[in-house]
Amino acid sequence: MTTDDFGNAGFSRRRALATGAAGLALAASSFRINILKAQEGPIRIGFPCPLTGPYGAEAQNQVMAAQLAVQEFNDAGGLNGRKAELLPRDDKLNPGEAATRTLELIENDKVNFIVGSLSASVQLAINNITKERKVIFNSISQSDAINEASDFSRYTFHEAMNPHMTAGAVGRYAFSKLGKKVVYLLADYAYGYEMARGFQRAGKDLGAETLAEIKHPLGTTDFSTLLPRIQAMRPDILCIINFGRDQQISVKQATDFGLKRNTKIIVPVMLYTARVAGGAQAFDGVVGGTSYYWGLEDKVASAKKFNDAFRKMHRGAIPTDYGAMGYGGVRTLLEAAKMAGTTDTEKVVDAMEALKYDYYKGPQYYRKCDHQSVQSVFILQSKSKDMKTPEDVFDIVHTEEPSESVLRSCAELGHKA
Amino acid sequence: MSAEFATSRMETAPASTGARLLDLAERHRVLLAGIFLLVFPLVLPFHALAIVILTYGLYALGFNLLFGYLGLLSFGHAALFGGGAYLCGISLVHFGAPWWLGILAGTLGGVLIATLIGSLAIRTRGIYFAMVTLALAQCVYYLFYQAVDWTGGENGLRLPSVTAISPFGIPLNFVDPLTRYYVVAAFVFASLFFLSRILASPFGAVIEGIRENEARARACGYDVTRTRLVAFVLSGAFCGLAGALQALHLAIVPVEMLAIETSGLAVMMCLLGGMGTFFGPFVGAAVFLILENLVSVYTVHWQLVVGVVFIVCVLFFPRGIWGSILHWSRR
Amino acid sequence: MLAGLTPDLIALQLFTGLALGAVYVLLSIGLSLIFGMLTVVNFAHGAFYMIGAYIGLYALSIGANFWVALLVVPVAVGLVGLAVERVLIRPLYGRGIDYPLLLTFGLGYVMIEVVRIIFGRTGYPFDTPELLQGAVDIWVGYFPLYRLFIIAATAVVLAGLYLFLEKTSFGLIIRAGARDPQIVRILGVDVSKVWLIVFGIGTGIAGLAGLLAAPLQGVAPEMGATILAEAFVVTVVGGMGSLLGAVLAGLLVGVVVSMTSLFAPEMAKVSIFALMAVVLLVRPQGFFGRAGLMS
Repeated sequence: MTTDDFGNAGFSRRRALATGAAGLALAASSFRINILKAQEGPIRIGFPCPLTGPYGAEAQNQVMAAQLAVQEFNDAGGLNGRKAELLPRDDKLNPGEAATRTLELIENDKVNFIVGSLSASVQLAINNITKERKVIFNSISQSDAINEASDFSRYTFHEAMNPHMTAGAVGRYAFSKLGKKVVYLLADYAYGYEMARGFQRAGKDLGAETLAEIKHPLGTTDFSTLLPRIQAMRPDILCIINFGRDQQISVKQATDFGLKRNTKIIVPVMLYTARVAGGAQAFDGVVGGTSYYWGLEDKVASAKKFNDAFRKMHRGAIPTDYGAMGYGGVRTLLEAAKMAGTTDTEKVVDAMEALKYDYYKGPQYYRKCDHQSVQSVFILQSKSKDMKTPEDVFDIVHTEEPSESVLRSCAELGHKA
Repeated sequence: MSAEFATSRMETAPASTGARLLDLAERHRVLLAGIFLLVFPLVLPFHALAIVILTYGLYALGFNLLFGYLGLLSFGHAALFGGGAYLCGISLVHFGAPWWLGILAGTLGGVLIATLIGSLAIRTRGIYFAMVTLALAQCVYYLFYQAVDWTGGENGLRLPSVTAISPFGIPLNFVDPLTRYYVVAAFVFASLFFLSRILASPFGAVIEGIRENEARARACGYDVTRTRLVAFVLSGAFCGLAGALQALHLAIVPVEMLAIETSGLAVMMCLLGGMGTFFGPFVGAAVFLILENLVSVYTVHWQLVVGVVFIVCVLFFPRGIWGSILHWSRR
Repeated sequence: MLAGLTPDLIALQLFTGLALGAVYVLLSIGLSLIFGMLTVVNFAHGAFYMIGAYIGLYALSIGANFWVALLVVPVAVGLVGLAVERVLIRPLYGRGIDYPLLLTFGLGYVMIEVVRIIFGRTGYPFDTPELLQGAVDIWVGYFPLYRLFIIAATAVVLAGLYLFLEKTSFGLIIRAGARDPQIVRILGVDVSKVWLIVFGIGTGIAGLAGLLAAPLQGVAPEMGATILAEAFVVTVVGGMGSLLGAVLAGLLVGVVVSMTSLFAPEMAKVSIFALMAVVLLVRPQGFFGRAGLMS
């Protein structure tokens, strides 16, 4: 560029403006626009979840359950009269969008806490922002990475199960009851790897043998190209590790290819919504884990109480697995705030660490080193007969009681003792 | 793109006061942009949104250079935007680079990927150009997706937090939203200035000449292919910078930044604002993101609104918002 | 990784690839037909595919059987296509190739969201018709009967389309119109009517493809989004506007995907785009496309 042609005017103009901008920025930062959370007024809980898109129904259920927790808290008088308020935001299942929404909730809405997310990548994005700004985040979707020291912070809590404990529980059940020769069909991303790792660890102790580990791209709509090979290997167990629509399609097509004749299909997380969308025939006999199933109400008193309140508030609807965690995630924070008698972040964190609770699925508590909720895992089997209502789709065949021994140790996660 | 969208910046004789004002605005557009950037965050509900509008606006601006000014429709610009973000992130995470080096790495990353994609795709034309860029961008997507050790794969690349920066020895608190805004705005302002200079240069004239009549430009002895490639690379620099700024702002590089939808977003913002206009991309980014922000609070079906706005724009306002304002006031 | 790799398995895999390719063929033949005639790149094609599945689902829920749905769905989706062409796309002719593309891009959003409003955001199961359940022995192994049916149905559609284009006077007009619309117009043919019908046929076939795919994967609002990108690849590889190209490229892409799945399953998706990039760099207009088209 030759400066002669353009004249110096443009250059000096730019410089003047640049200086002006820098000056203004400096002024602004000296005011120190603070992002302090409100200690007065209602307790605000930001709730990012993927309301639009393929998991919209799941996210809607999360919001409904969270609303119930807020309403119960308010009906009981709140925190010395201070009421709670839920701010649901659509994260579109996109970590970038989630990060923007989280910044909005913190900077603009001045929320006290953040609860939410429905995917590993989204929760890691939210956590990366909240931990820097010292805002408590209670994640309600699965991830192993969030427990690890590199992502963890004092302000990070994980109400959901993690892949290690989920896959471990399903693996321990399946490998001791259903067979030892296993083929893994897993989605090619972190969720798939983490689950597969959990299964294989459980399988090692039980002498399970991995025949093959086949990865498929995320969002695959046709598994027919993978199934003949799997069939040729004649496994006892086909372990399908994927989520949502991928799970629904792969289970259906495996059924269509006749794999169930000699092989038992297991999945780490059996989603209520995927089962409903996939149909009774396709899922018949499939075994999988879950954090919550409404049928638990026959055995667990708190589940009965939670289901009834949910039905009452939402015209007979039932809470789903991921939905129930929305309730747990919000209620733990509100109860902790009550115990602490304040919404002061540090004091609420201490109260959360001390919490022993049974709100919807039996006893739970947050482990000290990684704030992972220690909880029971339920093993379900999908059924196509003897269904009392359309919602009666699973039998609970086994319950793995809460124990820190099924989690990776604090040292393994990189936490100092 | 047909000729009517040529902004015809200085040529048309101003007829009315409004037109004269606009003409004045166009002449001092960089100054105007600077003033606007200064007051913009004061108008907007929250600053994180203002920053995202700037980064997406810059991204759309890079796209506009190719689509609006040169008439090449690319469906693979996400590779430049996301690639810039990833290179910025990788330099910070794996090499411990300071923030400014990350921005440089991101910009150069955009240039590098644009050079690669550009030199392959530039030989094709029309609809095939759109499809080749789409295919190559998909390849870039899978490349970054698979390189989990470097990029974090599906989980996204979490950046170490940049809390305090000191450009030119001035200490700034980068966590503070408004400060962060002005840092990003400074880069955007520099880009606008740079673009303004490009368009006013002889090279800018060649670009428009090629869009208007390629055969004539070729006959006049201009190397059309080289001009296209240079424009693509410049576009890559803007998009890479935008990606790097976004990465620093959000502290994460999600793999979605490389997805087809992100490429579509640039098209949508550009179309909405007015392609081939100087401010169009920013107007488009602002309107789109603010609309999305407002609508998504009231309904989960905001995509319906987006789709309808898109259709209405194509049918009735093909010049886009800013383009239509320019057009009407000149009449 | 390659345990149990026998010639039989490879043959079976080839067959699986053909069945997969059949759906691609149906989608891309409509895309190609529309592009060849109207020079419209239909980004809403995946949405038409999706509503085909939903209309089928609705037909079954009010008591129709699968075979009736096979007839009703293409007609119903084709009618939607006619309306879209007449109301939304026709005003854009002569305004450059990018505009219909951008319009259908937006239309895709609208159609998906409308379906979400009407049918809800979660998908539905779609049972394989009873007559076509189970697997049959095809010498190299057992193969699901329904997938054979898809191959057969695709062949029937292609044969019908061929006869229509080659043996009817209307088909003659279409073929002439694809070569040079101006001449056809000079000869006194109402080209806009031809375009209208072509758009209806193309979208109707897309709807049929959606219905055929429904028993394989169930029905969901997003079902058209992923397959659209793949159908584009097929169309571009075959050559935009070439029907023969769409058929051959569709089968080729199906086979490439199934073979990649055998050796490196996680690469199955990227293989499609890598194939497209390679083909376009070697032969920018695709297998059967005309050079310099739309430049």
